[in-house]
Amino acid sequence: MGYILQTALQLGCVYSFVALALFLSYRVLDIADLTTDGAFVLGMAVSVSWCSNGHPWLGLLFAMLAGGCAGFVTATLQTRLGVPSILAGIVTNTGLYTVNLMAMGWSSNISLLKSATVFTLFQQTGIAGKYNSIVLCGIFTIVAMGIMKWFLSTRLGLSIRATGDNADMVSASSINPCFTITVGLIVANMLTALSGGLAGQLQKSADINAGTGIVTIGLATLIIGEALVHGKKSIGRNIVACLVGNVVYRCIYAFVLSSHMIPVEGLKLMTAFVVALAIAMPHMKDTYHMKQRERREKKC
Amino acid sequence: MLKLEHIQKTFNPGTLNEKHALDAIDLEVHDGDFITIVGSNGAGKSTLFNAIGGNFLCDEGRIILDDQNITFTPEYKRSKYIGRLFQDPMKGTAPHMTIQENLALAYLRAGKARTFSRITKKDKEKFQDIVAQLGIGLENRMDAPVGTLSGGQRQSLTLLMATIVPPKLLLLDEHTAALDPSAADNIMSLTNRIVKENGITCLMVTHNMKMALETGNRMLMMHQGKIIYDVCGKEKARLSVEDLMHRFHDSLNDDRIVLTED
Repeated sequence: MGYILQTALQLGCVYSFVALALFLSYRVLDIADLTTDGAFVLGMAVSVSWCSNGHPWLGLLFAMLAGGCAGFVTATLQTRLGVPSILAGIVTNTGLYTVNLMAMGWSSNISLLKSATVFTLFQQTGIAGKYNSIVLCGIFTIVAMGIMKWFLSTRLGLSIRATGDNADMVSASSINPCFTITVGLIVANMLTALSGGLAGQLQKSADINAGTGIVTIGLATLIIGEALVHGKKSIGRNIVACLVGNVVYRCIYAFVLSSHMIPVEGLKLMTAFVVALAIAMPHMKDTYHMKQRERREKKC
Repeated sequence: MLKLEHIQKTFNPGTLNEKHALDAIDLEVHDGDFITIVGSNGAGKSTLFNAIGGNFLCDEGRIILDDQNITFTPEYKRSKYIGRLFQDPMKGTAPHMTIQENLALAYLRAGKARTFSRITKKDKEKFQDIVAQLGIGLENRMDAPVGTLSGGQRQSLTLLMATIVPPKLLLLDEHTAALDPSAADNIMSLTNRIVKENGITCLMVTHNMKMALETGNRMLMMHQGKIIYDVCGKEKARLSVEDLMHRFHDSLNDDRIVLTED
């Protein structure tokens, strides 16, 4: 049980970057950015490749840079070239498959046997004893959450938030919405790639298919978090919700796996089902109340 | 100050729905002018504002603002010099952001704030003072999301945001039409005060003929994409609603025109 919780916390932290990224693109900018799946693998591929060459920290840095480039491509497609936003993400995602293979040296998976990762390096310092990997993941997550909170309250962050809230008003404030969307998508995909990079180093391998469904899982954790973390609607609350949602999701995931209720192969279907249900819930509630009223009126 | 030379805009060219929204418009606006614009639906008033504001590029003609040719300048760059208010109070503010954050964004037009600067305590006090001028108690709700304000309150805030950094030119597109009469009166007197205090050149579209005659120093009437009447100064002051209706019965034949005294 302790081990399950430990793994859940660890993975929850690592994957919370994807939730943060989706919070920025989906909630703040109101864009469904489907680059996410590809950017996750891109980060993983770059990070693990650099790791196998002995540079784990550079690996994370370049993973983020690569993710940022992917975000830039998607943003350019939709802001400068008139490609609808969902399609822009899908197009980039498709192209990324080849780029990812290239980053992994044209093989569909690579594993790190003896190479050092940021986790093994941290372990060697002896800080935090046997909880070292959780502590490291936690530090990464808390720093990222802090930076995100700060970023969204700067003038640039405010402009990005306003772009998703009321684009008319943004151009009336002499801010170029194309610019704010571009910056937003770059930052979001940097976070996604960092998530992939950390996940790759944690499991000591990279796989070309590791990103399938990441965007759905990210949304699921975002929604779970928002349902669980109550309080004043604020940016801070939403950011904390990203982490909470992820840890809870990973706990459920670990529980389902260990209880053998659902075969491992069935998890993606379950996730898809949960996300669809969660997003459809407000709409279904409205329809239900309408029907109820109709029935009552008919009775009278 | 603002010069429109032969502005032409056709929507849906070459189709059955072809419409000459702006038909060879020539207009010279002088510094400090407060011009009211009247005309029936589809006369081209809002299209004229969209052309000046930069929502689209004109098919032909040139737009010159303070000796600078802005014909091809994108909207977000023009908004540095041109403030706009729309009929819909929801258009000018971001509903999920606080009053303070909205004002901070509007203040970006001053071009002084650094990209990664945050709202400081000094900014907060300054914004609070500015909002207090409205006299509607919003200064105590600086952290409230703008979406929780009423239409009138939001329009007051939008007006403040459009003029917090005084623009060279202010375009008001029926900015009181969606409000109840008392809120509309408040906004109108606030508009007059702000425009006067800052010496802003202003263009205002209205369907209220009385307001069009009482406000400003010049009045334009538009019909089918053309300016058909241009009157200013003493001549405008002598005009009455009846005179106008008598002379332009055909082009003002529209049930949106408000003729009543109130």
